[in-house]
Amino acid sequence: MKISKEKFGQSFDALAAEYKTIAPVSDAAGVVNYEAVESFSEVKQNYLNSKLPPKSFFFPQHEKLLSYVKEGKDVTVKNELKVEKTILFGVRPCDAKAFLLLDTVFKNDMFTDPYYFERRDNTVVIGVACNKIAPTCFCSSMGFSPASSAGADIFLIDLGDSYQVEILTEKGKALAAVFPELVELTVEDQTLVDTIKSAQTTSQVDVSTITSKLEKFFDHSYWDTLQEKCIGCNSCTFSCPTCHCFDISEEVRNNKGSRVRTWDGCMAPLFTLHASGHNPRDKKKSRWRQRMMHKFNYFVHNSGDISCVGCGRCIKSCPVNLDIRQVIDGVNKAELVVN
Amino acid sequence: MNNIINDIRETARQLLADGKVDVVIGYEKGSLPLKATPCFVRSAQEVDRLIWDETCENNLASFVANTPGKKAIIAKGCDSRSLVVLIQENQLLRDDVYIIGVSCPGVVNKRKIEAEIGEILEATIAEGTISVKGMEGSKEYSFADVKDATCQTCRYPNPVIEDIHMGVTIEVSQSTPFADVIEMENKPDSERQAYFNQQMSKCIRCYACRNACPMCYCPECFVDCNSPKWLTGGVNRAENLMFQAGRVLHLAGRCVDCGACARACPQDVDIRAMNRKSAKDVLVMYHHEAGISETIKPALNEFSADDPEAFLVKE
Repeated sequence: MKISKEKFGQSFDALAAEYKTIAPVSDAAGVVNYEAVESFSEVKQNYLNSKLPPKSFFFPQHEKLLSYVKEGKDVTVKNELKVEKTILFGVRPCDAKAFLLLDTVFKNDMFTDPYYFERRDNTVVIGVACNKIAPTCFCSSMGFSPASSAGADIFLIDLGDSYQVEILTEKGKALAAVFPELVELTVEDQTLVDTIKSAQTTSQVDVSTITSKLEKFFDHSYWDTLQEKCIGCNSCTFSCPTCHCFDISEEVRNNKGSRVRTWDGCMAPLFTLHASGHNPRDKKKSRWRQRMMHKFNYFVHNSGDISCVGCGRCIKSCPVNLDIRQVIDGVNKAELVVN
Repeated sequence: MNNIINDIRETARQLLADGKVDVVIGYEKGSLPLKATPCFVRSAQEVDRLIWDETCENNLASFVANTPGKKAIIAKGCDSRSLVVLIQENQLLRDDVYIIGVSCPGVVNKRKIEAEIGEILEATIAEGTISVKGMEGSKEYSFADVKDATCQTCRYPNPVIEDIHMGVTIEVSQSTPFADVIEMENKPDSERQAYFNQQMSKCIRCYACRNACPMCYCPECFVDCNSPKWLTGGVNRAENLMFQAGRVLHLAGRCVDCGACARACPQDVDIRAMNRKSAKDVLVMYHHEAGISETIKPALNEFSADDPEAFLVKE
C-alpha cells in the first residue's frame, strides 16, 4: 500500500503541530543532520544518511539528569528529565537497527534507564529505505539490508512521488490513523519496491566467525601494529550509532549543582584513567582492542548481536583512515597461535 | 610528483637495510579514494607500500615523538616546520629522526569535491588533473581548483629542515600573505561573531583537531583537567569556543599552519581562522614565524624591550 508524498506531507504537517518532529535537514553546505522541523517542505529528500547518527535524540551528548540546591540543612532535588511526544522521521535501516541494540544497553532484567526510555517510548520512529547506497555502507554484511524495517514503527520506501507504507507496531498504527486511505501499489511500483528490497551494499565484510575468533585473540600481536596510526580522538565513537559509553559528573557551584551525563569514548586515555593515576587501558593498543572486542565479542555475549550496523560513518570521519572494515578483515586473516 | 616516490622508496629501503633507522613513517594508499593513510614501514621488503601524492594530507610529525626507536619521516614543508618546533621544545632529539624532505605542491580538498559530486567512488590523479567519479556524477578537476585551503596560503612548501631532499624546489608566489585574515578582520564585529557562532556550533568535541596537531602534545590537555575544571562537559557553542580559543592561545607563536586540525575535523569547523589570526599577529608584532629555523628563538622565549604593548597600554 502507498501514499502520495503530497498527502503524506499534509499528514506530516498536521502531526508536526502536535508532536516534536525531527527529520533530516540539509544545511547551506549540503551536510544532512536530524533537526526539529515544522513542515514536510523542510525535510531533505534523497539524502544518503545523516552526518551524525540520530542516537542523540534518545541519548543526548550532554544531559542534565538532576539538579539540586542546598539551603541550610535542606536539599531540594529536581528531576531534569523533560519528555515530549516526538516523531523521528527518515531514519535509515542502519540507525533504526542501532536503536534496537541501544535498547538492550539501557534496559536489562534489573534496571531500565528512565532518561533513555522515557524518550524512546514517547517517540515514533518512521524509517525510510535507502534508494542509494554509499561506497562505505556495509549493512548487508551485518545481517540486514538497505531496506530492512527492523527498529522502525512505520517503514517507508520512497517511490518517487509516493511512499510505500508498512505499519509495524502499535505506536506506528496509532500515528498512521491520521494518514488518508492508502492505495494499492501499481505494477511499476511493485517492481521498484522489489528492486530496492533486493539491493545489497557493494562493500562487504565477513563477520561470520569474528566473535568466536576474538575469544582467543586478546593477546594476539595483531593489536600491536593495527592501531599505530590512530590519533585517539573520538570522531569514530561520536559518529557511531551504537556507541553508548558515557560519564556522569557533578557540576557544582556554591550551593547549587547538577548531575550531568556526557558521551565518553574508549579511544581516549581519559576514559579509563583512575583517580589514583593508574590507567588499566593506558595504550592505544588496549583501547583499540577494547573497541573491537566490545563491538564484536562482548556485546554479542551481553545482547546476542554484533554492535556494529555497517553505517560507515566511522570510516568517513576517521582523520587517519583507520577503516573498521580492514580491521575486521585483519582479524579474520590473522593466524591464531595455539599455545 | 609521482617520480618522487621511487626516490623515497629507495631512500627508505637503504635506511632500513643499513639499519640506520628502525622505522620509516610515511603514507600508503588508503581505503577511500583520494585518501592516503599514515604507515609505519619496518623492513626493506615493505617499502613499496609507500606512496607520495596529493592525498598525503596528515602531518606525520605528530607520530614521531611516540614512535620508539630511530625513525625516518617523510616531511612536507609544514611537517618539517612542526619538527623544528618539536625539537626546539625538547620533544624530539634531532639525531633520532632522519628527515626525508619533500617539496609539496599541496594536498587535495576532498570535501570540496564531495560537496559537488557526492561521495567519491573512484578517482585518479595525473599531471595536475584529478578525475573523479562520484555518486552524483563525474568530473575532471584541475588540482589548483581543489587544493586544500591551507595549501592555497602556504608560504613554506619546501622543507626547512631535512637530511635528504626529494623533488624539485617549489617557488612561493603569494602577493598578500594573510589576505584571508585581513578580510576577516575587516568584517563588522556582528558578522564575525555570527560566523564563529555558526562554526563553533558544529563542533562535537571529539578532539580530532587537537590530536592531529603535532604541537598539542600535553600529557593532560586543559579540557581534560578536572582540578581546576576549565570546562564542563557541555557541548554547546560557548563551551566549544572556550575549547577552540584556549587551543589557539596555547598555539600562539607555535602553530605552523599545516591545516591538519581542519582536515581532521569530521564536522568541517573552520579551525584555522583563529589560528591564522594569531599567526599573523605574531608575525606583524614580533616578526616571528613558528618553526622556520632551528636557530631562531621561539617568539614566546624571547623578550625585547621593544616588543609592542599596544594591547596593554597606549603607545
